[in-house]
Amino acid sequence: MAKQFVCKVCGYVHTGDQAPDVCPQCQQSNCFEPLKKKGLSTDSNVYTITYATILVVIVAVMLAVVSQVLKPRQEANQRLDVQKQILTALNVDYTNADPAALYDQIVEEQTFGELPLYVATIDGATKYVLRLHGQGLWGGIWGYIALDDDKNTIYGINFGHESETPGLGAEITTENFRSRFFGKHINDTKGEFRSVAVLKSGKVAPEGQEQVDAWAGATITSTGVNDMLLNSLSEYTDFLRKEVNNAE
Amino acid sequence: MLSKQTKEAFLGPLNANNPVLVQILGICSALAVTVQLKPALVMGISVTIIVALANVVIALIRKSIPMRIRIIVQLVVVAALVTIVSEILKAFAYDVAMQLSVYIGLIITNCILMGRLEAFAMTNNVKDSLMDGLGNGFGYAMILVIVAFVRELFGSGKLLGYQIIPDSWYEAGYSNCGMMLMPAMALVLVGCVIWAHRSINDKEGK
Repeated sequence: MAKQFVCKVCGYVHTGDQAPDVCPQCQQSNCFEPLKKKGLSTDSNVYTITYATILVVIVAVMLAVVSQVLKPRQEANQRLDVQKQILTALNVDYTNADPAALYDQIVEEQTFGELPLYVATIDGATKYVLRLHGQGLWGGIWGYIALDDDKNTIYGINFGHESETPGLGAEITTENFRSRFFGKHINDTKGEFRSVAVLKSGKVAPEGQEQVDAWAGATITSTGVNDMLLNSLSEYTDFLRKEVNNAE
Repeated sequence: MLSKQTKEAFLGPLNANNPVLVQILGICSALAVTVQLKPALVMGISVTIIVALANVVIALIRKSIPMRIRIIVQLVVVAALVTIVSEILKAFAYDVAMQLSVYIGLIITNCILMGRLEAFAMTNNVKDSLMDGLGNGFGYAMILVIVAFVRELFGSGKLLGYQIIPDSWYEAGYSNCGMMLMPAMALVLVGCVIWAHRSINDKEGK
């Protein structure tokens, strides 16, 4: 590596084996002295690799600590969020009450096979809450659907989404959209499972299937809701059918 | 009192050197979060906090950073800060965290952050860097709020979720502008703001 010389007058740095007689910048003569390296070179490979390693370890430890410390709170929040969604699906108003206590009071958590199943008692009547999950336009969408004890009539429904377009797809969470499902039937008159179709206004569902209007302007999200209802409820087919048999 | 340079670091990005209007940075997120006012506000605040903190951290360690991996070091610092902010939001403001969802993570890719770290924090002291971060954050937030205000008002007739346009207007034949909800409209509006900003500044220059 060539030596470096710095001009004492103006700070010009010359790189070469020998210092020039006259500084090209300030025209002074005999003003150069060898440039001394200050401390550790930050350009060396060893320094770079050591620096990167230490930085990554520090950041990793920091993130791990933050994540571990906050985990209980986050999980509590998630649990509470699911409970609120289920209460909303059951059309229970929790604004003036403690949602967790209310939830414990009316909802019993069960499973059907591997699927979650929530059995709620509202005014003495049994409601079944099933979990829905599917794909919207930009990311996942999910929901909880509450059925009357005939396992056919929709008592309430609630939707959630990761990242649907605000003002369009994101409007599926509104009361306006949710209430369109209330009172619809997921089976046709013969008791066959058909789901509920979400269609643009003007389109008509196949014979025997009930339908609701899609959210205008959010075609792909609405189609996602349609598919989510069909696919997720199909997972519960055995559960839904068993009930029909029992009724007979 | 603040020195002239510190003041300039804070006030410059608000007007003459605005990151969105003059440097045309951070446009992608300006487009994603401005359909409604509320996410725009939270996004503006989050970016301000993160760019200020990242500027401070980088300014603190700027002399020790190896030049060859400086961009990676900056990226690691930003990513760590964003992750921590996102975790804290999930623990203490769950509703806000759910509403912002992916946008918080997207702050990592916001060009304003890397731009400020590389152009300012690498060569300036901690105090100036803090002011520069705050200034750029506010400059960015300001534009988001202007665009979101127009888009939410004309796109859905609401502000912060509250109905502003009275029902009687709708009965009289007024209807919301669906175009405003489309991402393209954010670019058109940013363009209009840049137009206004430039013509005002040009007059002052002459």
